[in-house]
Amino acid sequence: MNPPAPPPRRAALQALAAWACSAAAPAALAAQAAAGEAPLTRPIPSSGEQLPVIGLGSWITFNVGTDRAGRDASFEVVRAFFEEGGRLIDSSPMYGSSQPVIGEALARLRHPAALFSAEKVWTGDAAGGPRQIEATRRHWGVQRFDLMQVHNLLAWQQHLPMLLEMKAAGRLRYVGITTSEGRRHAEIERVMREAPIDFVQLSYNLLDREAEQRLLPLAAERRIAVIVNRPFREGALLRALARRPLPGWAAEIGCSHWAQVALKFAVSHPAVTCAIPATSQVAHLRQNMAAARGPMPDAALRRRMAEAVAAL
Amino acid sequence: MSEWWSTWLSYRPGDFLMFAPRTYWRLFELVNTAWWPAPLAAWAAGAAALWAHTRRRAAAPPAWAGRAALAVLALAWACTGSLFLWQRFAPIHWVAGWWAGLFGAAALMLLALALRRGAWVPESARGRLRVARALGLAALLMPLLAPAAGRPWAQAELFGIAPDPTALLTLAVLLVLRPQALWARWSMRGVWTLAIAWCLQSAATLATMEAWEAAVPALGAAAALWALGSRRSR
Repeated sequence: MNPPAPPPRRAALQALAAWACSAAAPAALAAQAAAGEAPLTRPIPSSGEQLPVIGLGSWITFNVGTDRAGRDASFEVVRAFFEEGGRLIDSSPMYGSSQPVIGEALARLRHPAALFSAEKVWTGDAAGGPRQIEATRRHWGVQRFDLMQVHNLLAWQQHLPMLLEMKAAGRLRYVGITTSEGRRHAEIERVMREAPIDFVQLSYNLLDREAEQRLLPLAAERRIAVIVNRPFREGALLRALARRPLPGWAAEIGCSHWAQVALKFAVSHPAVTCAIPATSQVAHLRQNMAAARGPMPDAALRRRMAEAVAAL
Repeated sequence: MSEWWSTWLSYRPGDFLMFAPRTYWRLFELVNTAWWPAPLAAWAAGAAALWAHTRRRAAAPPAWAGRAALAVLALAWACTGSLFLWQRFAPIHWVAGWWAGLFGAAALMLLALALRRGAWVPESARGRLRVARALGLAALLMPLLAPAAGRPWAQAELFGIAPDPTALLTLAVLLVLRPQALWARWSMRGVWTLAIAWCLQSAATLATMEAWEAAVPALGAAAALWALGSRRSR
């Protein structure tokens, strides 16, 4: 028995709704389509393990000390991060109370299996590196870290061999080095050429593109994963763009916010593995994670994006 | 070497700011809420201490009033160092831990000045009195900065538990004391140095946060240094 035909008024309303949906802005449609997608992943070259292209940084945002309200807000951000399919969380002993705040959030979430823990050793005392790493491990409450990086190349000649020994002993999985704001790129390049590191972390965004010249091609050549820090220039880029309307090409790649434009630019470089924007707000976290979905700009659009933002 | 220099010269003050401004201002709300109404009582004690040393008078104030005022200052530095700097600020800014120790040292020097008779006499120079009153008033009015900046009253900085007004009011009182013993001179210099240094680093921190409130500790330190220099030049 066939279902009865819809009454004329309902049919008209259905047709009107269908027309409205088809006339919706491309960005909204793209966003709708993307919402159900898993985030785009990239492989870690040394192992093939897949990482979502958007991770989570913790510089300043999670340094809330003993403030219960601040810690609860940080917990909500971490929870939303895992809900959105995130994996890599990055921190450092330099970031004040960020480490225990992350540890508390992970404990409240019962240590999600998806976590990819990325930490740093940051001490000029070569002998103090293992002690600092152990203190960091206790803050996080993990058995071992996935990735340990030498922060801003501090005492890297001593720490890097130590980290490689830890990796060989199975006490961590990957080894890396970091820099930021374009500092010491020559030294970073030397380490990338000479040491068997798995990751390099550096600054790369729509305005700070020096890494495109040598470090990103070298990372691809040496099969080193790249983590991008400061994708927003610590918010300065977004503040400068906030009052500008999004260009038409933003809708082509499913972007409804400048933050998504900035992130898609960074992670669409073929050598980049993931970016680690930091935020203290769940709404911004979800905006950031949406950049891991939908179409990515190709090389031509990336050039247009950089030129357009530079002109602004 | 040139790369080393260029690396360090590339750092901006903001690169050393480890916390968000909203986290910083929340510290005052947390400490005020935790200890209320003690911060209000501390503020009142500071006002009394300032009045004891800078009131209009034909004769010197009684010695016990001056020593009690210094004891109030000692307690203020001890409380600020432990309750604010150590318990609240140090978890987000490791330098605050060191400052907590220095505030403790200042508290001990002020306590010695309070307990030892004959360590100081009141300074009667009118110019210094005027500067002292202005500095003290600025310290007592600092709680108004929070609502003026659009922040809640709970984030007000109060003498006796917040470092900026504590340092400023202490500079005001020290301006109107003349040491009578070598140890007293060095103790006062020690507290002076710490108070000025705190005001300058606080001004630098607030300026890095792009907070206009940076002007208060900066101008306070400048006024105190000017007044101190004007005495020595006579």
